[in-house]
Amino acid sequence: MEIATQTPFHVLAVDDSSLERKLIEKLLKTSSYQVTTVDSGSKALEFLGLKEDQKSNASTFPLYQKETKVNLIITDYCMPGMSGYDLLKKIKESSALRDIPVVILSSENVPSRVTRCLEEGAEAFFLKPLKFSDLARLEPHLSKSKDVPEMHNLFKSKMGLMSKRNKRKRGEQDENLHETVGVTGPRLKLTPSD
Amino acid sequence: MASAPLKAQLTDLLNSMFAMDFLDEQFKELQMLEEASGPGFLAEVVTLFCGDAERIISQLSVLLNEPVVDFGKVDANVHQLKGSSSSVGAKRVALVCVKFRNVCQENDKEGCIAALHEIRHEFDELHKKFQTMVQLEQQIQVLDSKQMN
Repeated sequence: MEIATQTPFHVLAVDDSSLERKLIEKLLKTSSYQVTTVDSGSKALEFLGLKEDQKSNASTFPLYQKETKVNLIITDYCMPGMSGYDLLKKIKESSALRDIPVVILSSENVPSRVTRCLEEGAEAFFLKPLKFSDLARLEPHLSKSKDVPEMHNLFKSKMGLMSKRNKRKRGEQDENLHETVGVTGPRLKLTPSD
Repeated sequence: MASAPLKAQLTDLLNSMFAMDFLDEQFKELQMLEEASGPGFLAEVVTLFCGDAERIISQLSVLLNEPVVDFGKVDANVHQLKGSSSSVGAKRVALVCVKFRNVCQENDKEGCIAALHEIRHEFDELHKKFQTMVQLEQQIQVLDSKQMN
């Protein structure tokens, strides 16, 4: 196993559908991200170290530590129990977590929903299914996270100024990243104006 | 190469699925993912999708058989199926889901039952093709790995 010269971005993906989780995980891992997937908002909070139920001491995840730092949270909007919007709110209300960029994924383009999420602090709102071409639009949101100092170098290496380590592999992946797949439906990406 | 005729068969199958709108551009994204990461991904995804779809279609049948139909639950289930089918590139199934949601929103029980029949039909067709696709892929892999040894 190669020792990474730079830490890959760690994305926490939240979706109640196992199919969606599989797709997002594969998409992100193929693009050299480290990925953790969970099936609910409450599991996401648990992973991030925010315990809702103080009575239960047993946690299925280790408490949030520097080593498992999350650079981006991608969450589905429509989930049973805690919705993606509820999760977003809780993250932004937490002093420990509020700086982690959150991106909302939805199968429906509902303007009021988009506005609500952006006003609550979501970095962006993407339509499902997430595609390779969306990843390029995700990266600027990662750069806003204050906690990853080598971010700029990581971007460069992903975009094709390759590291010695896996030149060819990166080259192949970058080809995929840069290929723009023809988009059939309307795609919406809104970001809050700076 | 021993697997060549099977590969040709697989290519023909996929081409016809695209031509007949069983599959759309999203499936090509999944093919790209498989190319980038190695064989097995498509089979996994397709299996997950078919499992989800079967489960949802059964559930819809139960819901529509109730004396008083809970259209909210019906809609939620169809919404889920629409999401999964869009994510996998199952165009025809996704389109019928849209029709289904429309009649559901009008609380039209007969319309829902008809839509469910259509979904069942579309899914069954797709499922058969997916099964063939997965079998061909597996056979190709076996032959190709034998070749290399």
